[in-house]
Amino acid sequence: MSTLPLAITRRRRRSVRHTLDLRVSPYAYVAPFFLLFCAFGLFPLVYTAWVSLHEWTLLSETQEFVGLGNYSTLLADAYFWNATFNTLSIGVLSTVPQLALAIWLAHLLNRRLRFQTLFRVSLLLPNVTSVVAVVVIFSQLFGRDFGMINWILSWFGVGNIDWAAGTATSHIALSVMIMWRWTGYNALIFLAAMQAVPRELYEAATLDGASNFKQLRSITIPMIRPTIVFVVIVSTIGAMQIIAEPMLFGQSSGGGGGIATGGPDRQFQTLALFVYEQGFANSTFDFGYASAASWLMFLAVVFVAGINFLITRRVKGGLV
Amino acid sequence: MRLRYLTLIAVAFFSAFPLYYSVVVASRHNSALAQVPPPLIPGGNFFANVSRVFDTVPFGLALVNSLIVAGSISIAVMFFSTLAGFAFAKLAFRGRNIMLVITVATMMVPAQLGIIPLYMLMVKLEWTGTNYALIVPALVNAFGVFFMTQYLSRALPTELLEAGRVDGCSTWGLFWHVVLPAARPAAAVLGMLTFMSAWNDYFWPLVVLTPDNPTVQVALSTLASGYVNDYVLGLAGTAIGTLPLVAVFALFGKHIIGGIMQGAVKG
Repeated sequence: MSTLPLAITRRRRRSVRHTLDLRVSPYAYVAPFFLLFCAFGLFPLVYTAWVSLHEWTLLSETQEFVGLGNYSTLLADAYFWNATFNTLSIGVLSTVPQLALAIWLAHLLNRRLRFQTLFRVSLLLPNVTSVVAVVVIFSQLFGRDFGMINWILSWFGVGNIDWAAGTATSHIALSVMIMWRWTGYNALIFLAAMQAVPRELYEAATLDGASNFKQLRSITIPMIRPTIVFVVIVSTIGAMQIIAEPMLFGQSSGGGGGIATGGPDRQFQTLALFVYEQGFANSTFDFGYASAASWLMFLAVVFVAGINFLITRRVKGGLV
Repeated sequence: MRLRYLTLIAVAFFSAFPLYYSVVVASRHNSALAQVPPPLIPGGNFFANVSRVFDTVPFGLALVNSLIVAGSISIAVMFFSTLAGFAFAKLAFRGRNIMLVITVATMMVPAQLGIIPLYMLMVKLEWTGTNYALIVPALVNAFGVFFMTQYLSRALPTELLEAGRVDGCSTWGLFWHVVLPAARPAAAVLGMLTFMSAWNDYFWPLVVLTPDNPTVQVALSTLASGYVNDYVLGLAGTAIGTLPLVAVFALFGKHIIGGIMQGAVKG
């Protein structure tokens, strides 16, 4: 007699647990990502805005509210504008040729090819190499007196270039490092998109006598435009945040001036490096000022990425 | 046709040469640096230089730290990404689509901008100088979640899950007995990608760690600093910090590339 109600409650309890399981567990499964993102991604980003409105250093106990004071100081700071110029210059020098080269390489790889895998692996090899390693290696290659690049240039009668010393030369050197590391990666992403383009289009174009280059221009590029937009945006955001390369280049080229200044004359200090200098390398640990610079940098990232988005979307067919 | 192969061979050469050349310099005497023309084949001094690296910076500790950090991050990312990917790909719940969109959108947030409050947070938690500061914020990321969602929605048959339900499996039971085994190939690729990026991470460890308790990349940057200014030493360190990863990549590169291309297409 007494076993029957017990069985019913047990079954009912089980079905409640089952419904609960179906309803709630999905949220529990996606929760770790959202919790971590809020704590370590979103919160710092928003809190940066709050800090930027204060006179806020690591050393002082109290933080004084200064409103937009940090921002107005920043806009009058010549070093800030220098860093902005350097960021844009290095960004353009490294991104534009890189993406053109990546599309072309992907185009070369997008055919029947022997040693396909070998070529792909070799393209991605630089991307597996850490930034630190890349800059250490290239600082040696770009050495003034005994670097291999100057040695090769000397065959053409070019004198010993002190790559780290000048604005233009240091920007070129840094762009080469960035290009070396990222071109292959972007080529693979373009290749992935190209493989989804229907083969018949190329067959028809070949029958019509369209040249290889013409096919790239009129078929491939329009067909993979969404991927091009994606890569351009991601590269822009990356380029606006370049920091490790100039930091390490200044360090290992031995030019002096500390690791955060981007060369003794700040000739290759980027915005992100400027933020680091104010926040961590300055003896005052000026978090308020650095946070203000972070926010202006964020606005610059959004602005430049937005412009690039509009441009890449507008351009039809003839991107090259 | 022939031109295409020549171009690709040239590109492959330029991709590999800087790494090769770093090993050449790392295996020679300092005097080799002043040679014209520069040496092009390795010398016999590699191990002597490597032992100098271990004398100059705490490289053994750095290797252990990097292994702990990159290892635990990859395991956690594999686990949590598969978990969230399973929910997004195969479970029905309110707000699923919008949450997935938000997840993907967070990939566009430049995390570097929040580095100062993040550092302040670490100071509050008393995690500065410890591996926690590197591991905890990286336990799961949007790319991993998106990657596993993509894979599971394609590769995991819904019938298999229904069959599991009929047999009385709870959601967790399904995850453990059906999803995890099915996710293994993609999770392995994700794990390798995560390991590589964690191993190669430089900026955040530099900010939050101290030079006496570094990761490999932080130790390398100390070696390469202008104060030491010893290219052979810097490159010997670079070689031992980089070559293990290059070796793994040479072995599994095919799968890793497949993963990158797969994760990227629909981004």
